[in-house]
Amino acid sequence: MKNTTGFNIASIRKDFPILNSKVNGKQLIYFDNAATAQTPKVVIDSIVSYYSTLNANIHRGAHYLSQKATEAYESTRRKFQQHLNAKNSSEIIFTSGTTHSINLVANGFTNLLKSGDEIIVSHLEHHSNIVPWQMLCEKTGAIMKIIPMNHDGELIFSEYEKLLSNKTKVVFVNHVSNALGTINPVKKIISKAHEFGAAVLIDGAQALPHFEVDVKDLNADFYVASAHKFYGPTGVGILYGKEKWLDKLPPYQGGGEMIDEVTFEKTTYAKLPNKFEAGTPNISGVIASGIAIDYINNIGLKKILKYENVLLKYATEKLLEIDEIKIYGNTDNKTSVISFNLGNIHHYDIGSIIDNEGIAVRTGHHCAQPIMDYYKIPGTIRLSLSFYNTKEEIDSLISAIIVAKKMLS
Amino acid sequence: MFNDWTEKYEYIIDLGKSLPVINDAFKTSDNTIKGCQSKVWLYAEYINNKLIFTADSDAIITKGIIAILIRVFSNQSPKDIVDAKADFIEEIGLKQHLSQTRANGLSSMIKQIKLYAVGYLNK
Repeated sequence: MKNTTGFNIASIRKDFPILNSKVNGKQLIYFDNAATAQTPKVVIDSIVSYYSTLNANIHRGAHYLSQKATEAYESTRRKFQQHLNAKNSSEIIFTSGTTHSINLVANGFTNLLKSGDEIIVSHLEHHSNIVPWQMLCEKTGAIMKIIPMNHDGELIFSEYEKLLSNKTKVVFVNHVSNALGTINPVKKIISKAHEFGAAVLIDGAQALPHFEVDVKDLNADFYVASAHKFYGPTGVGILYGKEKWLDKLPPYQGGGEMIDEVTFEKTTYAKLPNKFEAGTPNISGVIASGIAIDYINNIGLKKILKYENVLLKYATEKLLEIDEIKIYGNTDNKTSVISFNLGNIHHYDIGSIIDNEGIAVRTGHHCAQPIMDYYKIPGTIRLSLSFYNTKEEIDSLISAIIVAKKMLS
Repeated sequence: MFNDWTEKYEYIIDLGKSLPVINDAFKTSDNTIKGCQSKVWLYAEYINNKLIFTADSDAIITKGIIAILIRVFSNQSPKDIVDAKADFIEEIGLKQHLSQTRANGLSSMIKQIKLYAVGYLNK
């Protein structure tokens, strides 16, 4: 089945073994991609292959396997450097996920902030990009300011400009809202913050699966993401940081690998990136994340985005044909995420009913309670589409929602 | 017992509609069960050595599931409630609502019912 966007969907679906699964006796229809994207066979194979042929600890040992594993791990770092267009590969730190990356940075600012300093967050953040900074405020006495959102789910830029001052030290905003799909104008946000000398962290967890990101062009100080959102394994995160900022931050964890010299009197720390990679990392996972990046680059992110936008448009139109559907986040500039409710029916009820038809969607507040509070709702049903989804699957979802509506009304 | 899932869920939804609803005055944060994706309130009264439960939820399927629990546990002595096994949930095919996900709170509901019973054990 060829489509106008130029890639063969049937062949792409064959790359993902799980898409053949049956759930509750029905063919799985997976629409929870913003929570975790499914894993292509090449990525799964790379994990098997690592443990079958390459398994050894890295950066230590003169033996053959250790050197091979180190090469594979470090070449993955260079792969991410290229993919994100970072200046140096030492600016890429591997972590356990976006949450870990943000905690590492937020914790690192503990000694760089003083009471009365200000940090700025957006109303559209995932709890992971709120709570670590609240903890930082508790430790330092810094004050958190919030960029407000409008009814379409967009940040109000003019209000952001008013929040900035010489007191602003850090701004942290997601590139794409996980709950609504809004793509935020991060380049503009960064450039404004830099006028006041503030550092900017961009949470790109929901961006990397969908489009190309160039940290040099954005001029981001920190850019963070999770491999399992871009078709890699769970337990691997990326932290890009400009060298000048990573040098300023203290190590997050102490342990092996991150040291230069250790005596009982004093330890000196390793240079970047090892300073932030204490202990044995998730070697197989990191290598597999690089394979995931190769996989999406082989298809082409431009093609992926084009096809996902076709699905987004189709699903939005089909959903709106159902009476009483309300979609939250109506900006023109969004990824393939649709957050919605149906009349007064609780999102959990809809989610439970359509699960019986083998359809996986996310229901709830999506770890973004401030957004739900803004709309005065307890949660939504979130449909998040990937390039392996099809219009036929969307049709099945629509039928299941109509059944659910009938049962629940 | 049921031919397909729709019958089962229609039954749960009907049960939800028939749930003995908690008095609004008792819909307090103290009576809220945490850990459920939908809001759940549960209230217990101790009458003639037995616990009487009333409850409510903003989701109808959740209400139906609480109705099943109340049918089993309400109007029993605290000791019987504490001693009761809750494995019937699995037998009637509601296991998916038991799983320990962020989404869900059937196990929290059973725990809260048992906690009420423990509280009244020595009264």
